[in-house]
Amino acid sequence: MPKLSPTMEEGQIARWLKKEGDKVAMGEPLAEIDTDKATMEMQALANGVLRKIIIGEGQSAPLGEPIAIIGEAEEDISSLLSQAPAAAPAPAQQPQDQKQPEPPPAPAPAEQPAPPRAQAAAAGSTSNATNGRQTAAAPAAAGSAPSGRMIVSPLAARMAAESGLDLRSVQGSGPGGRIIKKDIEAALSQPKAAPAPQRYPRPVEPGQPVPVAAPSAYRDEPATQIRQTIAKRLVTSLGPVPHFFLTTEIEMDRAAEMRRGINALDPDLKISINDIIIKVTAAALMQHPEVNASFQEKFVRYYERADIGVAVAIEDGLITPVVRAADQKSLSQIAAEVRELAERARSKRLKPEEYTGATFSISNLGMFGIDEFTAVINPPEGAILAVGAMSPKPVVRDNEIVVRQIMRVTMSCDHRVIDGATGAKFLQTFKKILENPLYLVV
Amino acid sequence: MSTITIREALNQAIREELARDEKVFIMGEEVAAYDGAYKVTKGLLHEFGPRRVIDTPITELGFAGLGVGAAMVGLRPIVEFMTFNFSILATDQIINSAAKMLYMSGGQFKIPIVFRGPGGSAFQVSSQHSQALESWYAYFPGLKVVMPSTPADAKGLLKSAIRDDDPVVFIEQERMYGNKGEVPDDPDFTIPLGVADIKREGTDVTIVARSLMVPVALKAAEQLEQQGVSCEVIDPRTIRPLDIDTIVESVKKTNRVVVAEESHPICGVNAEISMQIMERAFDYLDAPIKRVSGADVPMPYAKNLENLAIPDVAKIVAAVREVAYLD
Repeated sequence: MPKLSPTMEEGQIARWLKKEGDKVAMGEPLAEIDTDKATMEMQALANGVLRKIIIGEGQSAPLGEPIAIIGEAEEDISSLLSQAPAAAPAPAQQPQDQKQPEPPPAPAPAEQPAPPRAQAAAAGSTSNATNGRQTAAAPAAAGSAPSGRMIVSPLAARMAAESGLDLRSVQGSGPGGRIIKKDIEAALSQPKAAPAPQRYPRPVEPGQPVPVAAPSAYRDEPATQIRQTIAKRLVTSLGPVPHFFLTTEIEMDRAAEMRRGINALDPDLKISINDIIIKVTAAALMQHPEVNASFQEKFVRYYERADIGVAVAIEDGLITPVVRAADQKSLSQIAAEVRELAERARSKRLKPEEYTGATFSISNLGMFGIDEFTAVINPPEGAILAVGAMSPKPVVRDNEIVVRQIMRVTMSCDHRVIDGATGAKFLQTFKKILENPLYLVV
Repeated sequence: MSTITIREALNQAIREELARDEKVFIMGEEVAAYDGAYKVTKGLLHEFGPRRVIDTPITELGFAGLGVGAAMVGLRPIVEFMTFNFSILATDQIINSAAKMLYMSGGQFKIPIVFRGPGGSAFQVSSQHSQALESWYAYFPGLKVVMPSTPADAKGLLKSAIRDDDPVVFIEQERMYGNKGEVPDDPDFTIPLGVADIKREGTDVTIVARSLMVPVALKAAEQLEQQGVSCEVIDPRTIRPLDIDTIVESVKKTNRVVVAEESHPICGVNAEISMQIMERAFDYLDAPIKRVSGADVPMPYAKNLENLAIPDVAKIVAAVREVAYLD
């Protein structure tokens, strides 16, 4: 069962578009699947013959479970079948009262009503202006399978076809990821890899012991208090907090220049790029109070000041000391405060009120060379900004390739309070100010 | 075998063919008393007399037409253009008369004529005197187009061209007249038209080069060898008819192609060769074909700009590395 929407956990087969024994080609529609959002078409991920339908129409399967077997016409699939969960014969329980015999229905009217499909098809058709429930955001989900056009040299395509190699299992090393002869040769020389990419663990041949000598060695250490708290907090977060993510790329040359300029005025200031990011975040939050907010079950709380939580890595975990009212503080104040808070965080001398109650958080892993990442929201805050490393990259400006200091940031938003466009507008402002920090003084 | 220049090889070919067949004669500007503007016809007037080696006025259209007429009545003229830049004046006779006559006379008139002379870039003779016109002539059915790159090829191909019953446009390269190489002494040594030559064998990338680009491609191949890339250099020698089979065989082996020429890129011979490779060997290509051509500008007079306008070793090396996915 492929992941066909970002929030999908299981899918229900609405309709099989192929029968057992049908030939299928990679990319061809194989089935229609009801996800939590809509009815999505699932495409075949391999060439071959649809040998066995494991999950019949109307039945559901969690992500990653086998729903069918595609193979060569003559291939022995008995071992795969024995692995299939509860292998319910496909067409047995048709949800419809159609008196159809064995094989699944041939092309039937497009919309077959299947019983438990509350929020399925119509989502896109109703106006979303007034429908507060599930409308604005959630960009159409592509399948988790690599989508887009595959670039293959003519020679590589022919070699793959002749050797029966599935190109989706091949990583292209040519320009733009083009799959070339070398890649096919490398793939073919690999010791008998599974022919197609496996969406679930490779089944173990029955009767053959797993070729592992002994269980891995391990050591037990008591989970520290902070570790337990982190776990509790993150589960609290990722469970009930519906995250979505917005990423943008920021040209940092001016910000870096400003930092150099300020530090040249007084070396003791020691302004860091992160301090500038805190200041700019606070400024942007003041322009977008709807992002400086928290969902409180019965109400949404909007904050007046930007209290910025700054994630600090410490010996046994992390903690987010808070720079209060960052929007009202100068860069040098912010720099000094962050330095002081981080120092005390590392020596575990922060008072609880110094690391709770932020309105918005920033996590920066740039110093570890991380290009971009997503951060987990610290409830009840509405969002967190994940900041990647700043590094020189070739970019196109005025049709010229030039080198700029580029930094990528990803904002995780609590969709209960921040919508896609709301978050995007905030990031737009954030980017504008950070790319032209003079806005801070205008 | 003797080691001689392309100039001497051409001279030998003409001398041997004048001696072999009394229907052969040569005419052009300064070919007789002056021994040829590039001394290709040196000593021929003295040896064969003014009926066989004829100085013409500066009238390219006129003497090209004389040649076509002579060929129609059974002679085998060699028409020398001082350079192919001046053949532009004679194109009506070359294209409308020589190329079409066999067809339009229903096979009654063969035109066994050779139009020859230097083409391509020289040394700072600027825009009007540096043109590579092979794609013009190769465009027309009825003409054969030959471009040698070594003394042996020059001699063997020119002798075949003179003996051929169809009009042949034989384009030498002004910069290459002094290039030396071994040439068989056998007076019946010929090289058939329409057969490519593998100038260097290799396994990784095929370079198709002709005329001036052959020695450049061979130097590039030497450098690339040291970088671990084995290049096969193919010289088609005849542009029409083109020996595409030899090229395709090579592409099937290497899967990558660079086509090199000194002429302009647009509608050039490189474009034609690339298309034919695509038609015949698409499924064997592991990279897009890369062409290296002369700059798409009138040839500059300034030395530094002229050097930039003509493909060099570095450009071919870069192109090979690109199709080999090394850069």
